Amino acid sequence: MSEAFQIILLAVDSAIRLSVPLLFACLAGLYSERAGVVDIGLEGKMLIGAFAAGATASLVPNPWMGLLAAVLASVLFALVHGFASITQRGNQIVAGVAINVLASGLTAILGNAWFNQGGRTPQLPSGARFNEIVLPFAESARAIPVFGAIYAEVISGHSVLVYGALALVPLTWFILYRTRWGLRLRAVGENPAAVDTAGLSVTALRYSAVIMAGILCGFGGAYLAIAQSAGFITDMTAGKGFIALAALIFAKWRPVPALGACFLFGLLDAVALRIQGVSFPGIGQVPVQAIQALPYLLTVVLLAGFIGKATPPKAVGVPYLKDRS
Amino acid sequence: MIPPAIQMTGIDKRFGAVHANRAVDLTVTKGTVHGLIGENGAGKSTLMSILYGFYAADAGSIAINGKPSLIRTSADAIHSGIGMVHQHFMLVETFTVVENVMLGAEGGMFTARGAAAVRSKLLELSQAYGMDVDPDAVVSDLAVGELQRVEILKALVKGADILILDEPTAVLTPTEVDNLFVLLRRLASEGKTVIIVTHKLKEIMAVTDRVSVMRRGEMVGTVETAGTSPADLAELMVGRRVVLTVEKGPARPGEVVLAVEDLCVRDARGTLRLDHVSLSVKAGEIVGIAGVSGNGQSELLEAIAGIRKPSSGRVSLKGEALDCGGTDDPRTLRAKGLRHVPEDRHRMGLVKPFAAAESAMLGCSDEERFGKGLFLDRDLVMADCAAKMAAFDVRPADPGLRTALFSGGNQQKIVLAREIERDPQLLLIGQPTRGVDIGAIEFIHKRIIALRDAGKAILLVSTELDEVLALSDRVLVMCGGKITGERLPDQTNEQDMGLLMAGVTSEQPKEAA
Repeated sequence: MSEAFQIILLAVDSAIRLSVPLLFACLAGLYSERAGVVDIGLEGKMLIGAFAAGATASLVPNPWMGLLAAVLASVLFALVHGFASITQRGNQIVAGVAINVLASGLTAILGNAWFNQGGRTPQLPSGARFNEIVLPFAESARAIPVFGAIYAEVISGHSVLVYGALALVPLTWFILYRTRWGLRLRAVGENPAAVDTAGLSVTALRYSAVIMAGILCGFGGAYLAIAQSAGFITDMTAGKGFIALAALIFAKWRPVPALGACFLFGLLDAVALRIQGVSFPGIGQVPVQAIQALPYLLTVVLLAGFIGKATPPKAVGVPYLKDRS
Repeated sequence: MIPPAIQMTGIDKRFGAVHANRAVDLTVTKGTVHGLIGENGAGKSTLMSILYGFYAADAGSIAINGKPSLIRTSADAIHSGIGMVHQHFMLVETFTVVENVMLGAEGGMFTARGAAAVRSKLLELSQAYGMDVDPDAVVSDLAVGELQRVEILKALVKGADILILDEPTAVLTPTEVDNLFVLLRRLASEGKTVIIVTHKLKEIMAVTDRVSVMRRGEMVGTVETAGTSPADLAELMVGRRVVLTVEKGPARPGEVVLAVEDLCVRDARGTLRLDHVSLSVKAGEIVGIAGVSGNGQSELLEAIAGIRKPSSGRVSLKGEALDCGGTDDPRTLRAKGLRHVPEDRHRMGLVKPFAAAESAMLGCSDEERFGKGLFLDRDLVMADCAAKMAAFDVRPADPGLRTALFSGGNQQKIVLAREIERDPQLLLIGQPTRGVDIGAIEFIHKRIIALRDAGKAILLVSTELDEVLALSDRVLVMCGGKITGERLPDQTNEQDMGLLMAGVTSEQPKEAA
């Protein structure tokens, strides 16, 4: 097998791993924003989820307990966001920023206070993590040219959360476009007054969407802390929540393109890791920041001309208030 | 005896300091078309919103078909067989007709089965009532007339026996209005109950069996339509006799002040909104633009006023070519004697949280008379506003009061005072009396005619056909961004205008019809 093919396979494999937290966060944002609630707090919810997962798994060495804790913590933060922006009709962006600041500070302080490792949670043993699953026949399939290698290197050997994230894409599509809840969710993000006059509760629908976003951010956080890594590290989300938002815009708030956007950004991340420190002829070393900025630049450039206008849900960011005119 | 379809007793509702409904009673007989009229802010929309469960009443009770019903939410109202067609349509623009109709009545966890059921019901109803609607059309692609049909079908599919329509005719051509009224009469004859909320007396006379009048939150009376007249109803609404007709002498047009040639405007998407429009307005003449709203009138006004850049065409003021939207922005145009009363005073004409005195000097704050250099002289600003208020009978005459606290009519008078008093050569007026009470309408019409008699050129846009016909010396009709015809107001009628508004251009000479 050629070396180039092997490198591509490894890059794709690593892109999948890196795009999974983006995908969880992006789909979380999709539920929230399709219902009309801007979710700039994806980052914070993922971070608190990662911390809760790392801390719980270090005390109870069971990854599922870690995941549960991550989801609960993230949903709690989502409810705070929901209370501020739905019940109190506050500014959704300000509330989201507050979530991010709170999560960043809280995880650092609690981590330091509880574990005394400079904000980290203790290194997790393998039993407390989501481990990689080797799919059946992965080793024997290696003998088959091309497909066997793809199967063994790329498709097999991920944790259950990776497969979960991928399954979430068609599931989200189905929920959004084929179920009652999805119809109502899309309606409340476009015209909440139409939902209200149809005899439905705008508040309940928006809360349900925000809670869904909390659950998915919890999954994303747990993936970071107890699947990809072996414990929580201070600020380990490192802007993934914001890249996920960029991916959401890039995907025009649609689930299947969201997968593509997240994978693209994951791929850029993988490339950034790979070329770190590598010297290119004529250019020299490319600063890693330049690659890290690529997702944002790409979003701006592509939105500016190549993929057409990304129209957000009409009522996104607007608190619903029955006007009296 | 059949119990009344609706019996509302002692309905009371406050919004903060505003007492919107004061112990209102309303009884509507089954199988009738019932009119509800009143001026802006009389409380009719509030009352209907309470009936539909959109707001909860502070006090009072509602009985539907003789059964006491506790209606706290729209869901309760729908269960009681009440459907409402709101003035601003409650539709999700990105959805298809079927998706909109099924929202809230999906018939199960998954949408597939419900969609099929709704589709067949839609087809059945639209055939039965001759309302042609494509169930799979996306709502944002539909015209306003179709949107209204979707709203009515939405209520009927959900099984409404009582249909409330809030200002249903505001967006329709006269022909569409006639069709709507035929439909409403038919629904009533089939035993359904229809309530129509409007401020147009003529429509009340045309379609209702009985009419209830509200004034300042109170129900002032319910009369049989056959036994009343528009003048009587107006008196009930306002509380005094009002003159419904506009009195004006013949125009004495002078030289051409505004000349527009082949003006085209494209919107952000590149759609042609104004399609080669040519017109002229002479000194001492009111030229009216009639048409259903959204047919290019706004773009025409905004282009001439320098707010929107035309894609092609020429505009000249007193023979001087203008570069509207380019070097000629609203400020320089104002200096050249072009003044503009925008269609939507809340969006463009006023700043509602400002004091009246501040709203009354918007766009003029650079003028020396309000203060020198960087500073405004507060006393001068107040005095100027007080003078405007006196001249235009603005009530309350308090320049320090927040703009939002004035009634629609008084807000409009403030805008009008600001634009008229600086002696314009050309005045553009959009929707001069939208959301304005009858008493103020009378006053505003008189001022516009006085301005014409003072030799000024006036271009007037209104979607109220009666208003255009009453005020204008010449009427142009717009449809789809084009001018579809020109008529003299005393040589046309509603049918003729209706055809032009619908875009049917017959090569009729001016003196016909």
